[in-house]
Amino acid sequence: MSRDGGKVKLAVFKFSSCSGCQDRLIDLGENLLSLTEKVEVAYFLEASSRTDPGPYDVALIEGSISTPHDVELVKEIRKNSRIVITIGTCAVYGGIQALRNWMNYQEVVKQVYPRPEWINSLEKSTPVSDHIKVDYQVSGCPVNELQLFNILKQVLTGRRPYHRLESLCQECKRRGNACVMVSRGIPCLGPIMVEGCGALCPSYGRGCYGCFGPMIDPKPDALAMRLEEIGLPKEEVIIRLRGFTSWSDPIRRFLERYERE
Amino acid sequence: MNGSKSFEIKVGQLARVEGEGGVWVRVKDGKLDYVEVNIFEPPRFFEAFLRGRPYLEAPDITARICGICPIAYIFAACRAMEKILGIDVPEEIETLRKIAFYGEWIESHVLHFAFLHAPDFLGYHSALEMARDYPDFVKDAITVRSWGNRAIEITGGRAIHPISFRVGGLYRIIRREELELLARNYDEIRKKGERLLEFILNLDLPDIEYDMVIMSLKGDREYPVLKGVVANNLGWEFPEDSFEDNVIVEQKKYSTGLHYRLRNGRPYITGPIARFNLNYDLLAPEVRDILEKAGYRAPLKNTYQSIVARAAENLHAIIEIGRLIEEYSEPRAPYVETAIRAGEAAAIVEAPRGMLYHRYRIDERGKILYANIVPPTTQNYAAMEEDIFRVGNLILSGPPEKAQHIVETTIRNYDPCISCSVHTIKLRIIRE
Repeated sequence: MSRDGGKVKLAVFKFSSCSGCQDRLIDLGENLLSLTEKVEVAYFLEASSRTDPGPYDVALIEGSISTPHDVELVKEIRKNSRIVITIGTCAVYGGIQALRNWMNYQEVVKQVYPRPEWINSLEKSTPVSDHIKVDYQVSGCPVNELQLFNILKQVLTGRRPYHRLESLCQECKRRGNACVMVSRGIPCLGPIMVEGCGALCPSYGRGCYGCFGPMIDPKPDALAMRLEEIGLPKEEVIIRLRGFTSWSDPIRRFLERYERE
Repeated sequence: MNGSKSFEIKVGQLARVEGEGGVWVRVKDGKLDYVEVNIFEPPRFFEAFLRGRPYLEAPDITARICGICPIAYIFAACRAMEKILGIDVPEEIETLRKIAFYGEWIESHVLHFAFLHAPDFLGYHSALEMARDYPDFVKDAITVRSWGNRAIEITGGRAIHPISFRVGGLYRIIRREELELLARNYDEIRKKGERLLEFILNLDLPDIEYDMVIMSLKGDREYPVLKGVVANNLGWEFPEDSFEDNVIVEQKKYSTGLHYRLRNGRPYITGPIARFNLNYDLLAPEVRDILEKAGYRAPLKNTYQSIVARAAENLHAIIEIGRLIEEYSEPRAPYVETAIRAGEAAAIVEAPRGMLYHRYRIDERGKILYANIVPPTTQNYAAMEEDIFRVGNLILSGPPEKAQHIVETTIRNYDPCISCSVHTIKLRIIRE
């Protein structure tokens, strides 16, 4: 799939995030080394000081868009890349830092910086797809490295990547877990969240807190009703949904309605 | 370009550091007259959006500040909350925490000394390039690092942003059999850890000596990880709760990371080199033997030698994990339950990059009212700038590419994790 029949040029970019997702690439270790015959890492600041200005065949983007400079840069990346893949919950949904989107921005800056006027940031932290066309998305906080590797492999060999988007409950059932909500009354976001983590939290006896983001066609209304039924006050339901992927479309739209009700 | 001309070096984006940063050095009339370590990692405002969240979420949320050292964030938050609630976690849980914490040191240290830092001293752009000439070193590093990740995975559920740890303990008990999966290849990993250290000790590191002010936790009977008193090489010793009284903080116009100094105005270094120099006697004797055979011992003299401290701590961490697994017995309950009460407390842990400070205030329902987080990298900015002044002559005497390399290498000594540009304390106004 490279432009000239040679190696595929891969670039990795980071915006507002913790570096955890791009580190998953380094964690792929020998798997990644096996790709180096087909792939040239043209731009990956964390791993190499050699930078190639592009154009690139595949750009991986970690992090949310949260400064005016980010907006410019991400557009440049789009122009310069054939395929853009966003990796991780920050890039796909705006990340945990999108919690500020629900607050008064001026207050937020004042609480953290003695000189708020020196901070050049956007009021909202937003997904990359709000600013450019994105070809594929892999969410997760952090992304699951095998999911990431599989998608990379498929894209690099010119295939259309296939990626399951069913709910965490499906994965939980496959693992044979007893449902934490049904059996122990523990609030769990699993019914509306996408699988990918291995149903980790319920396997450890705690409810899912939704760090991978919503499944395809989620029903937050039904989940909120259920959470209220097991005794959670409405304000706690809101706090839980207003979590790691509160800025994803379905959850944000639901919350905006639910909070007014 | 020696001396007489004025010029500027701008390293727009620093490569091979976690997060994003830049350095601005200005030379006037042949002298370095201005240095800026510019952190343009976008601010993420953790301390603001933590307000109003339940106390139990502090470990999970603050873990997301750093994908390289989430464990440190998790345990700093846990310990601060446990102090507020009056929880004393049992020994068995402490053991699991240490295993995870040492796993994180391994994961983070190997990433830095083998993949990000060693290429500087051997003249490569990346570990991938280095792998062609030193395949064994790179392979050993990959294997050891995966083992560190595995230690976190087994205790925490996953290697990055683990989910099993909570205020008061864990969400479920970790079984002995699970830890034995890790112990299985301990011997092999330990050998590789020794080889990695020996490789680093053979590097040609600058031998210059200067006055460093270092600060870290000091252990009592053990090398400090989860707790200790704060100490420096000026003879200060104080408890973690009075950290904010002993430092001053300033915000720079050019940077989203706040800058810290000692209350007497001096920059200080936190991190492996500080821990190493202040706690050398508490390193595993096997580690000290290897160091001393190669002619190294505390105190290390300059920040370039921080790579030695990292490789030594890496082997120490491997040995400690081996010992802790043997010692481990399962706790009776996964976590300590307690009534919620209002209060405020601080905790410092030793993240791979140095002291990580968390302070929280919560109300009687357990809602967070206030949070202050001081990551290690922000504490090191002032020292980084001082270091660049120190190597000013080297910067001035070579061609620009060389100068750029020196600046980058000097910053990289600190293993800066710039994603941790969270930030608040007292204000000192900078007039420019």
